[in-house]
Amino acid sequence: MESKINNLNWKIGGEAGYGIASAGEIFTYACAHGGLKTFTYLEYPSLIRGGHNTYQVLVRENNVQSHSARVDLLVALHKQAIDKNLNELVSGGGLIFDVDNSKMADFKCLRQDIHCFPIPLETLAKQAGGEKVMRNMVAVAASLALVQFPFAYLTELITRVFSKKGEKIVELNIAAAKAGYDYVEQNFAGKFGYKLQIKPESGKRLLINGNEAIAMGAIKAGLKFFAAYPMTPASSIMQYLANNERKYNLIVKQTEDEIAAMNMIVGAGFAGVRTMTATSGGGFALMTEALGLSAMVESPTVIALVQRPGPATGLPTWTEQGDLRFALHAAQGDFPRVVLAPGDPEECFYMTFQAFNIADKYQLPVIILSDKYLAEARQTLPYFETSDLKIERGGWANVSGLGANERFDRYVDTPTGVSPRVMPGTPGGVFIANSDEHELDGLDNEEAENRKMMMDKKMRKLQFIKNDMPEPVKLYGPKEADVTIVGWGSTKGPILEAMKMIESEPMKAKPGTETRSGSGTRVNFLQIKLLSPFPVKEVDAILRQAKKRVLVENNFSGQLGGLIREKTGIDITEKLLKYDGRPIHPEEVVDKIQSI
Amino acid sequence: MSTTKDFETKQFPTWCPGCGDFGIWTALKNAFVAQGLEPHQIVTVFGIGCSGNMASFLNTYGFHGLHGRSIPAATAIKLANNKLQVVTVGGDGDGYGIGLGHTIHAMRRNVDMTYVVHDNQIYGLTKGQASPTSEKGVTTKSTPFGLIETPLDPIAMAISVGATYVARGFAGNTKQLTELIVGAMKHKGFALVDVLQPCVTFNHHNTFHWFYDRVYELEKEGHNPKDKQAAWTRAMEWPTPLKIDESRVDKIPTGLFYVEDRATYEDELPQIAEKPLVEHPLDNIDITPLMETLS
Repeated sequence: MESKINNLNWKIGGEAGYGIASAGEIFTYACAHGGLKTFTYLEYPSLIRGGHNTYQVLVRENNVQSHSARVDLLVALHKQAIDKNLNELVSGGGLIFDVDNSKMADFKCLRQDIHCFPIPLETLAKQAGGEKVMRNMVAVAASLALVQFPFAYLTELITRVFSKKGEKIVELNIAAAKAGYDYVEQNFAGKFGYKLQIKPESGKRLLINGNEAIAMGAIKAGLKFFAAYPMTPASSIMQYLANNERKYNLIVKQTEDEIAAMNMIVGAGFAGVRTMTATSGGGFALMTEALGLSAMVESPTVIALVQRPGPATGLPTWTEQGDLRFALHAAQGDFPRVVLAPGDPEECFYMTFQAFNIADKYQLPVIILSDKYLAEARQTLPYFETSDLKIERGGWANVSGLGANERFDRYVDTPTGVSPRVMPGTPGGVFIANSDEHELDGLDNEEAENRKMMMDKKMRKLQFIKNDMPEPVKLYGPKEADVTIVGWGSTKGPILEAMKMIESEPMKAKPGTETRSGSGTRVNFLQIKLLSPFPVKEVDAILRQAKKRVLVENNFSGQLGGLIREKTGIDITEKLLKYDGRPIHPEEVVDKIQSI
Repeated sequence: MSTTKDFETKQFPTWCPGCGDFGIWTALKNAFVAQGLEPHQIVTVFGIGCSGNMASFLNTYGFHGLHGRSIPAATAIKLANNKLQVVTVGGDGDGYGIGLGHTIHAMRRNVDMTYVVHDNQIYGLTKGQASPTSEKGVTTKSTPFGLIETPLDPIAMAISVGATYVARGFAGNTKQLTELIVGAMKHKGFALVDVLQPCVTFNHHNTFHWFYDRVYELEKEGHNPKDKQAAWTRAMEWPTPLKIDESRVDKIPTGLFYVEDRATYEDELPQIAEKPLVEHPLDNIDITPLMETLS
């Protein structure tokens, strides 16, 4: 049996507009402040009110890197949560449901292997002087009471989360929480096997998701001009930056469309500031022409492409890794670009910082590929260590000796392909950033020789990028393994969790299946973090000696698999591909490994 | 002191002999000289088209962007470094066709920049298709049976969507055009100078002579550009929604239609009240407060 102490996957489900997110947040922070590690994962449809929204929090004593498909304690604020999520409960798990909800009042659970905790959530909220919406706080407190988590942490967090809404709201929420907590202590004391024990710790912890980490990394990197058009799941990057624009002296411009956003940042890069946009696939489609412009005029730009399932509007609030090929090939013509794929919020932070250095040093567009899962899943991490982070702005020309209005050879050919820049406005540096093919000072030039020189110069930059990307791939687990998993981006967490599950025997069983043993399979994982320019040597070296290879991707066609075959000739035939809008569950990776 | 020669490059314009673009090029250089500006103090942002080709003929800092996308680039350049003089040069296809959305939003934003539009009522560089300002009924390569749409009115549009300096010049009157561009550059806010620019090769209807017969100067008729109603009335005089007709007697007003004092977009940004974004140091930015809010 897996330990029931400090190992709980909690999930709450209800309609949008009923405080699912704030319930989840408070539950998460309560656990985190109690010294435990959390991983949160949200699911919600594309609407404002109604629908079925869930928030799940996996709580452990040690680092937790992904969600889990197996739920230990489910809170149903509406019937759909039972209909859709009851089958996720493990044997011995618990179900809290609101008996005040007419559709659940007579609910009789057919599963004998779980504990049912019918609670009059609405009545308790109202008796405490609150409104129906405060059921969420009753439910959070009831959940924490079931696992014997001290109430004090809750008071502190409710105060923090609701203080903006006024003292009265804080008081009412605390009262509602107290009612829920007391109800469980009086009616269900000792009825649930799970326990969360606080672990007071001194270190500072961060509860952060991918989008926040990208935004924070950008601020640390000296982002000065951000332009974007709202698009789920990228919008929270803009919102985070907008909230901080005055504190950090940067301009956040919401634009009329993504075409404007991308053209703006190319202009801002030309003007000399660090600049960025964030979007999802549909917006990126509109940005493609200006993506090429960034490379053509050698204006540094950073683009956070937070994927969601396409094509077209697709599944706006769900996840997929379907835009790898798109990011690699978007826009007409051959031009250099860098594509980075962080796998967790920590990498989102550091790689975004790095993206700005690379963009500046090589004067080209750098795309950071994320996705909805990574963007919104919140992980417990230590504070980011920033003392080693160094801003590198690349080569700038000294034009002080030149006549103020002389034309400057901005695009001079160099061994690295990178030509020293000059800030517009500087005397002696006059040039044009020209989307037409151009000569050294930017004037139009259609001659064959010039064109070839300019193409060679720009493309040459790619040979040097690896100097700034010391870890283009990372191998986790033993060097020698029976199975080598290959992936990129947000599948990192579920894959690493799966590896832990395989290591710790006996295996956790999925509900309804038999317990299986990990049978000592040694597994390692090759994470590819740099996708363009592709780290051919590093990938080839590891994959060529791998005994069995498994490709894990959150898309239909195995886009990374195709890329690996294109670049190394290695064809990975074993694949775990998922394209239903949901992230890959660690349990699915375990099943895949065991099936081969 | 700079001279017009300082604003020229080694490339001589490749426009057709007699093209209206020469008049605009001259007026721009004159306007820069008249203000005592040096080439390195100005960023000229270009779209794509015959107007955009000026990028290689005008010696200032330049940004020759994508078709229809000069305005967003110019907006960002100004916001990144608001010390720069930003002038955007485009055409009617560029700014009123493919890039119309940007044009309208830039006007309501009121970023401090000047937008000079070579309005020749035709697509010249693609060799003769109808443009958003082509007159109804005109036959072009893409409308062999006559254009069905009525023309867009840039002046009325600019006044209605919030541009704070709205003028129409004529490539055949460089003196007036120079003054309008100087006024636009000195104006704080978004300034539109729509320029009637005959295309001698592909527009055989709206020729220099056709315009000479019809244009008049608002200033000489005592128009008060601060009077929005009056500006609107003058704007309504031309273009008309009527079908193209050689014998029709149009009166085409030129000059400054409308001017308004309104805070610019930059004025509302405390981030750049002290110095432009480009001058902010990037080292040692402390993100501890950000981490604390997520702890």
